[in-house]
Amino acid sequence: MKPAAFDYYRPETLDEVLSLLDEFGYDAKILAGGQSLIPMMNMRLARPPVLIDINGVPGMTGIEVGDSEIVIGGLTRHYMVEHSAEIRDSCPMLAEGIKLIGHSQIRSRGTIGGSIVHADPTAELPVMLTALGGKVTVVSSEDERELTPEELFLTYMTTTIEPNEIVKSVHFPVIAERTGHAIEEFTLRSGDFAIIIAAASVTLDEEGLIESATLCIGGVDGVPVKLDDVTDELIGQAPSDELFAESCAPIVDMVEPEKDIHASVEYRKDLCVALSRRVLKKAADEAKLV
Amino acid sequence: MTEKTAESSRLKTITLKVNQKEYTVDVEPRMLLSDVLRDELRLTGTHVGCEHGVCGACTIMMDGRPVRSCLVFGVQADQADIVTVEGLESQDGELHPLQNGFWEKHGLQCGFCTPGMLMTACHLLEHNPDPSREEIREAISGNLCRCTGYQGIVDAVEYAAKEMRERAE
Ligand SMILES: Cc1cc2nc3c(=O)[nH]c(=O)nc-3n(C[C@H](O)[C@@H](O)[C@H](O)COP(=O)(O)OP(=O)(O)OC[C@H]3O[C@@H](n4cnc5c(N)ncnc54)[C@H](O)[C@@H]3O)c2cc1C
Ligand code: FES
Ligand code: FES
Repeated sequence: MKPAAFDYYRPETLDEVLSLLDEFGYDAKILAGGQSLIPMMNMRLARPPVLIDINGVPGMTGIEVGDSEIVIGGLTRHYMVEHSAEIRDSCPMLAEGIKLIGHSQIRSRGTIGGSIVHADPTAELPVMLTALGGKVTVVSSEDERELTPEELFLTYMTTTIEPNEIVKSVHFPVIAERTGHAIEEFTLRSGDFAIIIAAASVTLDEEGLIESATLCIGGVDGVPVKLDDVTDELIGQAPSDELFAESCAPIVDMVEPEKDIHASVEYRKDLCVALSRRVLKKAADEAKLV
Repeated sequence: MTEKTAESSRLKTITLKVNQKEYTVDVEPRMLLSDVLRDELRLTGTHVGCEHGVCGACTIMMDGRPVRSCLVFGVQADQADIVTVEGLESQDGELHPLQNGFWEKHGLQCGFCTPGMLMTACHLLEHNPDPSREEIREAISGNLCRCTGYQGIVDAVEYAAKEMRERAE
């Protein structure tokens, strides 16, 4: 048996989960899909004394698409989002990005809340949440609060969620009119974590000029990095290859990735520029179609 | 909450259905489903390679979805419906078209990755009876094979897809 021994609880209501979290505090870990936690336990990088399995808690799974907001239960599994026609229409980036998470066997169990709390800066969901300006709703036995990505992500694998709190739901805005989304990443093999990942949203005005845009990069820092300086420059301009090439060139000096065995700093910077250009262009092209 | 001191008090009784047969076993919560299948139920067709979700050798079907059995605790499979590679052949011992395909098209050499490949391919063909080679490659991208170079595996899945389509007609 690979993991260290632990006590296992499988509460059946959210209230029970919250009172167990109050009781065990830092000793407890929530077990959702287990696709990040169990590998760490198998390698004994994590040895939590208590696991609180939330898979039996009702009301934490599901997708609700409203007029302006999509609410996804924290325990909703990746494959459910992947196969939701409503998500494809209301938030194309989410539909596309979620398919890039691991492999189908991982998406069978991994959950949207788990991905966000795990907070790997090269993971797709934190980058998409930041690019789109989503939010998470976090509850404890005493309180309920909403966190923006900027308030949520602290650094590598670290969030501001307290040990007595749980992510109840994750919120994304419904795509606005004349808006396009795009997400792309570079990986060594299909399904691996990205080396660099870029996501963009572009809104055009009625004349076809850029009204607003966001761009977010993962893999260059401990949290997803939003490049507002790049997108602010785009406002009022007509989308074109030249515009995106020109405005993305300075990204080499804006990002500070680290090197590892897979890629040098220079290579990563090149990837940031290339992927940014590509997602902005793709998002603008999509926006023209709608 | 009850006091938990002795190791034995950690044992949980679970009931699970594997390949249509019901089993009840006592397991420690930290026992992985892959180990429950192999060590407790003696269904050693499910292989264990990396035990952290990367190689795909331990892939099984759990409640109709392909799942890494090394990334699920046995206790979580209580009441689940599981199919392992042993469940692929029919009751009267006839091989599944995928198993035939791997045989005919040299889809294996050492065979270590094969159970996971079969379960993954099985899920693919259930949802996409006529996949392109590209779609087959994408579907098996989470299953590592050290021997074949994948050519034979892709051929085998194509072969099985064709056979299954013909049977369905
Ligand atoms: C081979 C492989 C490849 C992968 N590739 C990718 C990839 O490309 N991209 C990617 O993003 N991920 C990837 N992953 C990681 C995994 O898929 C993430 O999806 C991860 O989904 C975590 O979700 P989970 O539900 O499995 O979380 P768990 O592993 O159950 O939990 C992760 C952490 O979040 C906490 N937690 C879980 N749910 C909640 C909640 N509701 N509230 C508060 N805390 C909570 C847990 O306590 C734990 O600390 C990969 C994993 C494997 C094994
Ligand atoms: S043993 Fe489970 S994925 Fe490798
Ligand atoms: S046949 Fe040997 S690992 Fe695939």
